[in-house]
Amino acid sequence: MSNNTQELIIDGASCASCVSKIEVALNSVPGVEKAEMNFALRTVVITGIVGTDILIKTVESIGYNAKSADNISDDELLDKKEIAEQKYYAKLMKQMWIALGLGMPLMAYGLAGGPMTVETTFERGVWLLIGVLCAGIMYFSGKHFYVGAWKSFVNHSANMDTLIALGTGTAWCYSIVVVLFPSVLPEMARHIYFEATAMIIGLINLGLALEMKARGRTSEAIKRLIGLQARTARVVRDNKEVDIAIEQVLLNDIVRVRPGEKISVDGVVTQGHTSIDESMLTGEPMPVEKVEEDEVVAGTLNKSGSILFKATRVGKDTALAQIINMVKRAQNSKPPIGRLADVISAYFVPVIMIIAIVSALAWLNFGPDPALAFAVVSATTVLIIACPCALGLATPMSVMVGVGKAAEAGVLIRNGEALQTASKITAMILDKTGTITEGTPKVTDILIADNTYSERYILTAASSVESGSEHPLAQAIVDSSIEQGIEPETITDFHAIAGYGVQAILNDHQLLFGNQKLMLKEGVVLNEFVAKAQNLADEAKTPMYLAVNNKLAAIIAVSDPIKKDSIDAIKRLQANGIRVVMLTGDNKVTANAVAEKVGIKEVFADVLPEEKSNKVAELQAQGEMVGMTGDGINDAPALALANVGFAIGTGTDVAIESADITLMRGSLHGLADAIAISKATLSNIKQNLFGAFIYNIAGVPFAAGLLYPFFGLLLNPVIAGAAMAFSSLTVVSNANRLRLFKPQEH
Amino acid sequence: MLVKGGFEMMIINLIGLLLIALIIWWFWLYKPAKSVDSSSENITIVVDKGVYQPSRIKVEADKKVMLNFLRKDGSPCAATVLFPKLEISEELPLETSRAIELPPMISGEYSFHCPMKMYTGTLIVE
Repeated sequence: MSNNTQELIIDGASCASCVSKIEVALNSVPGVEKAEMNFALRTVVITGIVGTDILIKTVESIGYNAKSADNISDDELLDKKEIAEQKYYAKLMKQMWIALGLGMPLMAYGLAGGPMTVETTFERGVWLLIGVLCAGIMYFSGKHFYVGAWKSFVNHSANMDTLIALGTGTAWCYSIVVVLFPSVLPEMARHIYFEATAMIIGLINLGLALEMKARGRTSEAIKRLIGLQARTARVVRDNKEVDIAIEQVLLNDIVRVRPGEKISVDGVVTQGHTSIDESMLTGEPMPVEKVEEDEVVAGTLNKSGSILFKATRVGKDTALAQIINMVKRAQNSKPPIGRLADVISAYFVPVIMIIAIVSALAWLNFGPDPALAFAVVSATTVLIIACPCALGLATPMSVMVGVGKAAEAGVLIRNGEALQTASKITAMILDKTGTITEGTPKVTDILIADNTYSERYILTAASSVESGSEHPLAQAIVDSSIEQGIEPETITDFHAIAGYGVQAILNDHQLLFGNQKLMLKEGVVLNEFVAKAQNLADEAKTPMYLAVNNKLAAIIAVSDPIKKDSIDAIKRLQANGIRVVMLTGDNKVTANAVAEKVGIKEVFADVLPEEKSNKVAELQAQGEMVGMTGDGINDAPALALANVGFAIGTGTDVAIESADITLMRGSLHGLADAIAISKATLSNIKQNLFGAFIYNIAGVPFAAGLLYPFFGLLLNPVIAGAAMAFSSLTVVSNANRLRLFKPQEH
Repeated sequence: MLVKGGFEMMIINLIGLLLIALIIWWFWLYKPAKSVDSSSENITIVVDKGVYQPSRIKVEADKKVMLNFLRKDGSPCAATVLFPKLEISEELPLETSRAIELPPMISGEYSFHCPMKMYTGTLIVE
């Protein structure tokens, strides 16, 4: 801590006497000068020099929880960062102008044919002055290179600073020797390179400045997400409503939200009703009605009503905070293709230093006079042209932009590897219920098989047996019954058989409820109802059979509407050459009917939950790069086995950490968008790596002098410096080009 | 092309080869034994002037570790520290201590660095 006060937020203090307990306990900690608690805000200010951990432990030991209030919010961090970046950019530009201020006139003088000789004392004096000025520039504009180079050297590592320091240092030292002791060198070798030193330092600073500018623009996606977070919240404490900073909201606090305000934390409505605009997270433009017991999500916008809600997730645990965290992490993670550049850079700089020495030796041994001058020039130029800044930027810049673009489209990519693999998908497995379809099935038909039972009885029996189930088909039955005012009754002896159905006893009658397989297994006679069920299935409905005492009582047909844009989205995937396959536990006939409606030709039906991964493995064995899309919870093993697992949801209910790629918006277009963005990002990375490599790979031999024996061409160190700035600029501009990419309109 | 003979050239070439050997040894072969042990205290890693100080840190395996970073370097590359093997990436505010919690790790070496790998460090878990 830089000053002597700290602030803690206390959890669990419910009354005024807690205040004195806490204050007494904290005041007795050695090093604490004063501890004062503000009960209304539940905060304690401690003056004194003492570690935060000890204070927190002390509070915990008397039965309360505490956390440091000095956690800076993401918003403030962002502001601080921007200010710091502005300052640094201004500094770099200033350094550049100072260096170019000397370098450019000198270069112009040299190009205009001005004499660079050191014959007379006057000339030597002038050059010495320039040499001193140059040293000044190296200090003002280039200090960070030299210090950085030294510190890494001491640490047994070498980086870009090393190359620049060595390159410019060599050029300057040689020039000073020429000025001070010209007789040591043959006349032809008495060249001055002060202008090269100054220009190189100026140009490298320029390159760094441009890089910084571009970096700032790539983090727009994160800025937008962070901007969704509220800064304050209105909580009810001691029956009064107080406005507090968002970091101070505690779990289970009751929060008031008025019309037009942002929801501050995740929670559950306790009083009132309203409609909330969730479009910033889910893309759904229609506001969602919220009543008591409905969930609300941080970052969404309250429209017309006023509600109270209980905070269920605060701070870093809100869905929004988790999304921000994931995007940040993903932006910094490297796809496998980028690791190539890393491996190279570990060896790169020392190898370049060796090449510089070798090329100098070659000139000294075999080169024409002035061999020494040539040797120095080529060594310097090799060091400068080899600067790996562009290489280091190539992958991270594109990944940052790509992940950000995906986040804007509602696609959360977990890391660089997922990004790269997604671009190579050849087959996509889609779960049916909840992925292709809405996941909100409704009862469409009831066919009575035994006239002793009324429709009402059928529904009562079915809903009683399914009332505990979470399966969407069961929900449809239960919802339908509730609509008709039917109450489920108590059942006994309940058994569920996965993939078949359920069995139970209701009022001494044995009930069986499930699919055709269940009926056949239990020997229930179906007769003409097989055909009737088939007709229903052909209409993409799922027939469910109810048998009472082993006799067929009725067939209940349930239909799950297909999502509006599933057909288009699937077409998009197929247009990209992806093999789309449907996977479902539902029966073959219904599955095929749905598949036909949406344009899928391959269907795996009647798949038991534990068999889903096998289907993934099957496709992989056929050599496909498999993407699997499901709801994340039931399909977890299959999602994990797939090359890329996509979890699709409605933004607020998806377990965010579980899948490689999370689609926040329920639409299947997210899949096509994700793949399109991944492909665009990967090709951008490849372009960048190529661009960065070309400068280095082509530049180094050129600088070393390989073209001299054939064409008399030698690379000028100043040009090398310019090329370095230019290569950074190229990589950064190309990465920014990715910002303009738009996945197909839909 | 003229090959310059003579004693002088031989000396120069020898010096060149010596420099190359030194480079190979200093940057690649040298394995520093020293590292800072952080098993008992929270230590602060200063991020400044191109290096993490300290850059080699020893910690205990299978225990959560808290590392404090204090960034003094204004350059944007230094502003982020990455632990690629742990998939951790954290922003470091300027002139403010930032604590990063690492999960329990199995024995081995974990490198940490800034996005452009100008700053590099190693975490030794044993």
